[in-house]
This record gives sequence, structure tokens and C-alpha cells, in this order.
Amino acid sequence: MPDQTGLELVAQRVREAVGDEAVVGTHHAYDRGSLEVAPARVHDVLTHLRDADEEPYGVLASLHGCDYLPSEPRLGVHYELLSMQSRERLNVKTRVTVEDPHVPTVTDLFPTADFHEREVYDFFGVVFDGHPDMRRILMPEDYEGHPQRRDFPMGGEPVLFTFNEHKLPRWYD
Amino acid sequence: MEVTRSKPGEDFRIKQLRAQQMLRGDLEDDDLQEYVEERLLLTKFEDAQNWARRNAIWPLGFGLACCAIEMITVIGSPRNDLSRFGAEVIRFSPRQADMLILSGRVSIKMAPIIRRIYDQMLEPKWVISMGACASSAGMFNNYALVAGADKFLPVDVYVPGCPPRPEALMYGIIKLQDKITSDPNLGWRERYHSQGTEEYPNVRPEAEPSTQAGERDA
Amino acid sequence: MTEHDPRTVPYREREESITVDTLGGTDEPLSGTELAPETELLTINLGPHHPATHGVLRLLCTLEGEVVRDIHPIIGYVHTGIEKSCEDQEYWKAITFVERMDYLAYYFNAMAYCMSVERLLGEDVPPRAQYLRVIHLELNRIASHLFWLGTAALDIGAVTMLWWSLRERDLILDLFEMSSGQRLHPRFFQVGGVFEDIPPGWEAKCRSFLAQMPSRIDQYEALLDRNEIWLQRMKGTGIVSRERMLELGVTGPLLRATGEPWDLRKATPYSSYDHFDFKVPVGTVGDNYDRYRVRLAEMRESLKIVEQALDGLPEGPYITTNRKVALPPRHELATSMEALIHHFKLVTEGFRVPPGEVYTPIESPRGELGCFVMADGSSKPARVHMRDPSFTNLQSLADMGRGSLLADFIACIAMLDPILGGIDR
Repeated sequence: MPDQTGLELVAQRVREAVGDEAVVGTHHAYDRGSLEVAPARVHDVLTHLRDADEEPYGVLASLHGCDYLPSEPRLGVHYELLSMQSRERLNVKTRVTVEDPHVPTVTDLFPTADFHEREVYDFFGVVFDGHPDMRRILMPEDYEGHPQRRDFPMGGEPVLFTFNEHKLPRWYD
Repeated sequence: MEVTRSKPGEDFRIKQLRAQQMLRGDLEDDDLQEYVEERLLLTKFEDAQNWARRNAIWPLGFGLACCAIEMITVIGSPRNDLSRFGAEVIRFSPRQADMLILSGRVSIKMAPIIRRIYDQMLEPKWVISMGACASSAGMFNNYALVAGADKFLPVDVYVPGCPPRPEALMYGIIKLQDKITSDPNLGWRERYHSQGTEEYPNVRPEAEPSTQAGERDA
Repeated sequence: MTEHDPRTVPYREREESITVDTLGGTDEPLSGTELAPETELLTINLGPHHPATHGVLRLLCTLEGEVVRDIHPIIGYVHTGIEKSCEDQEYWKAITFVERMDYLAYYFNAMAYCMSVERLLGEDVPPRAQYLRVIHLELNRIASHLFWLGTAALDIGAVTMLWWSLRERDLILDLFEMSSGQRLHPRFFQVGGVFEDIPPGWEAKCRSFLAQMPSRIDQYEALLDRNEIWLQRMKGTGIVSRERMLELGVTGPLLRATGEPWDLRKATPYSSYDHFDFKVPVGTVGDNYDRYRVRLAEMRESLKIVEQALDGLPEGPYITTNRKVALPPRHELATSMEALIHHFKLVTEGFRVPPGEVYTPIESPRGELGCFVMADGSSKPARVHMRDPSFTNLQSLADMGRGSLLADFIACIAMLDPILGGIDR
């Protein structure tokens, strides 16, 4: 994990290479460096980090989503990058709103992102533009809703106790 | 209780002589009567049928999640060996299997498939719901699971545990065997007025309070 | 998107008419069209209920004769919503949920999660707890590899291996039962250490297991290593190059079989793994035989680690002494009022974690298992996500299968070691 200064240097290099508006912020906490980028420039930032940077992060370890309700913008996508040469990990994240949840895909850079992006689409509704096969992966194909958003109900059914078992409708009714 | 034992060779010698007499046709009326009565077992056809069915249950190889690991341990491990009870043959085709052991969590995507497999099994068939997730929702009371397989399948034996020990699953299978010999109409068959293992879905069950459920268990 | 946007076709229709074309377009002709019989493509469904898929994995295989041309895995048949359920539970309750994801490597799931929460809290794990964790993790690795060996050999036809490996696995599960009370999914790892110290006699039993295990592994190798059928089926099948594996994000024994010596226990050591001396087995070609050899060698290395850990087991507390995080020992509850209050608060509400996000990767038997925990200051996690290795490794199945015979493809699935609980979560 690059320390605070290392993270700032990476952010500076990305700003120089890609553009000033690409990097929204940097966070360093709990031994983890996190680079926040604008959603539209994700592809360029990751291209730079993979190929052109002094310290190339060649492996995408994980791509996952997160719901930051109640703080806006709500849906976050995290990219965990790994550099095998220096054994360092960098986190790149973007945040999009529910109204416009579009992020460019990175499957051409990291083919591993295929299943991961489908999973983020399935559970959060973030549409990755340019993905070859944007379908639900874990839920049934005709499922409605995006389950892992914070305002999606947990579901399940009420537990039967002696005080409520006669009041709850049984499934054979 | 006292056990009288004659000398080991004597009994056998007597039996051998009498068997020789029988084959030669030398036994007379009373002797013949006694000989035949000793070797005859009278029973009802249903009892014999049930005895045969209980001792040769063929489970369907169907593992969903963590309970499947314990199920494979029951079937395959040298320590807990299910073939002692006649259930050695694991057939993966539902047409050739008797018993469906639902081991693992039943998700909403998998439920219609399980129902289809259950329908493909031939009569008579039994279902053991293994583990907490197949009996109720287990600890996962959420959007993705069907809360218990008995929502779409009739279940005969529920084996609780997360996962149940191999000995617990074997106890469940033995209980199913007892159920087959004693009274196959216990449980859901009464509720649905079914015969054997066929359900008649258009018959409404009587609305009885569930506090009487405890009496039915043998 | 192509013209045939799959999302516009109603689901039932799509299910009946799934062809290669609808799922993302290839240049090859559609299956079932009028071609010469040798070149016609047939799409079959290796359904969710199948003896050779390890769990409920559904594969749409496009075959040309006996040769596999394309694979589309369809997953989600045992999706349990564990990650969403964890958001509703306190931190220590979520350990039981998270354990049930990759259900053969249960200690690893709990370890990744506990390490993440400890990082967020800033807790240090006492050295005895670290060593105990390492012992249990490596025993779990051996048990997971044994189960893989039994079922993989069963798929290929060597049925004897199943009985033998389950026999040894029962010994390991006895050890787990002795230390925590449950064979599978024990809630042994807690945030800050382990739940309880190992009972007296555990070490002796573990050593007796370690004494007999190397000869057992020799027996497995004697049965399979020079077996002509095994060699012919394993050698040269399912080769994927090292670069392609790295592109696909595959880690673990699959990557090490191609020659890349990447092991998180050596690269970024955690929980005192750097105190132990062990090797990382690496293959050369990257075919199924290399994967088999790598896992067998890993079993031997794990035995060495457990032995070193038992030899060097330090004295001390087995869980952190911070009463705000870990339950106080029960004998204190009778005498100390603060212990009672801490116990009450921890059991009813749980500890609170300051806001933050971490991602902690560890090396599980299948590859890199990472846990992402986002905390928002309350006593329940706001997001728990496990980066499961089987989920990522499954993407390499298409590469392994293309161009191989169907029987070799079944061997590839067996060697891939997918665990559907981890894939579907």
C-alpha cells in the first residue's frame, strides 16, 4: 500500500497524464491508498496506471460496488489494483448517481472485469458502457430491482412464534 | 433371559438330517406341518413391500451447498458408511432414484429446477430436507432464498443442523426407514389426502391448529 | 450492444432459444443450422444438476462433435444474499454468515473478514492467536485440498481416492471439533483472536496426525502419479498461458501451475506467516497435471507449516485483551462489574467501528480471497464484499475448454476446483 506521499505522487502523475478533472480526490486511511476519479475518465486513468505509469499496476484484483446512501453520489465502484513487482495495492473508486449510473467498462484492459462488472450491474444497477454481455449474473434474469442497494428491502419472511403463527397466512391458503 | 445352547455341531446335524428327509419326501403329516411352519413367514403384502423399500433406498446425488459436503461424508467416508443401511447406490438420474436429499440452501433461481427433478422421480419417492437452510430459511432470511423446501415439495424428514453431523443425517435416514415400514401415511400424506407418494393438489387440507402436530410423530 | 439486445427479449423465450449468437456473437455458424454433420455445432446444457459439476454450476457448451467450441457458465443457483444479510447483523454475527460462502475453506472466509475488521479497529492480534490461526488455516487448506482430490479423482474415474481422502479429512475434522466443537463452520476466529484456547491433548492429537499424513500423501501419489490413464488424461490438457491467467485475474494454484510464483503468504505476509519456512510449489506448463502436482505439494508444505507453528506456539492470551472488542473470560463476570458491563454491551449491541473502508486479501486454497468491509460508525457493517477466488477463476474455464475434448473439459472443471458457494455467495 503506498503511503500518503506515494499516493499523492500517483495522483499527480495521473493528473498530468490524463487530465486535471479526472482525479477528484485522494484518501489515505488504514494503510490503504484510495484515488477517487470522475466516472467518465475511469478507463483513461486505469490505462495510465496499467501501462504508462512509473509503477505499473498490472492486475485488477477486485471490482466491486458499494452503496453510500445517504451521502450522494450514491453508488460507488471500487477497483482494487495490484502491482506484482512492488507488491503494492491501490484502490481507485468512482461514484455515480442512481439517475445516471454509467461507467465505461474496463474489460478491454483487464479481461477479469467481465464477471465482476456484471455482478455490479446485477446488484447495484451500474451500467458499464461497452461491456460485451451486460446481463444479470447471479439473480434470475427477469428479476426486478437491484438487491444490494441500501434501500432494497431485506426480504425474507416473518419468523413464526406461538403468538403470531395463527395470524400469519400460511402458504397453502 | 436364559439362552440354552446345545453343542455347536448338534443343532446343525439335526437340521441337516431333517432337510434330507424333506427332500426325499420322508416326512409324515405332523412332522411335515412343523417343518413347514418353522420356515414360513406370513405377512401382509404391504409390509413386505415396505420392508423391501426401506432397505434399498437409492438416494439421488443432489448437493447444493455446505450440507452437501456432509452428505458426501455420510455416503463416502469410511467412518460413516451409508451402504450399511442399503443406501449405497447413488444414482444421478432422477428416474433411477428413490430419495432426494435436499442438502443446502434453496435459492429462488434453483427452486423450479428442484421441483422439476422431483417430478421426474418415479413413485415411490421420499424427500429428506437436510440442514437448516432447506428446512426453513436457516439463518438466511432474505430475498434470495425460498424459506424451506416444503414450500414447493412435500418433505418427509427434516434433519436440523448447520450442517448436521453425519450421524444426524444417518439418524434421519433411519427414521425415514422406520416411517416407511410403520405407516407411510404419516405427515403430509394425511394433510393432502394422498395415496402413497402422489399428491392431489386440489384437495384443501383441514385447517387445524398446529399445536396438534406433535401427536403425529411416532 | 449488438442488435439482439438480450434484455429486450422476454426471459422465457430467451431460455428456449439460447444460441451462441444471442450471447455475444461469434463468427462461427449458429448451432443446428444445416451443415455437414461433422461441422454442425450442438449446444448442450450441462445443467445445474449434474454429477460432474461441483455444485450447481450450469454450463452451456457448444460442441462440434466431441470438441468443445465455446462455454458459457451460468451461475447464481445457490445465491444466498450473504453480503446483504451481513449488513443487518453486528460485526461478530456476520462472521457466521461470511463463513458459509466458500464452504470448504471456511476458516479463510472468517480470517479475511476478521482481518479487515481488525484493520478498521486498529486492533492487534496477540501472537498466540496468530499462531493458532495459522495452524487452523493450514489444516483447513489440507482438508480442502483433500476433498478436492477425492472429488476430482472421482470425476475422472479414480474412485478409490474418494474413500482415502475422506478418511484423512475426517481426522482433520476431528481436530477442528476438538478445538471448537463443530466440524464445519465453527465460529472459531473472532475479531481480535480466536474464540477459545486449544484444549489439552489437542497438540498431541495434531502431532499424531502430522506424523501419519506424509505417508498417506505418498500413498496417494503412488496410486495416481504413475498411473497411465491419469497421466494421459492430465498431461497436456487444459493449458492456459501465464499471461492469459494474469489477465483474467486468476490466482492460487491455477496461476502457480503456469509458473508464476505468486503466493500472498510469501509476497505480503500476514498473521506471522513470515516466521515459518516453507516453499511455494510452482508448475511449468500449466496443464491439468501441473495443477494436480502443485496442490499435492502444497499439502506437504502446509504440514510443515503446522509443525513449525506447533513447535513455536507462544504463550499468552488467545484473544485481544481489549474488552471493548472481545468478550471477557467468564470467570471475570462473577467478580468484576466492568466485565459484566462490557459483556452486556458486546452481546446486545456489539462493538462500534469507526467509519472507513478496507480491502484485505489472503491466500485461500483457491487463490486470493479478499474481503472489503465498509464501516459507517455503527455496530453493523455497511458493506461486506468477498472477492471470491472461484468467481474469478471461473472465467478461465472458457479458455481451458476451447478446443479440448468433452472428457478433457470435465477434467478441467475438476482441476479448476470451483466452489459454488463462493461463486454465488
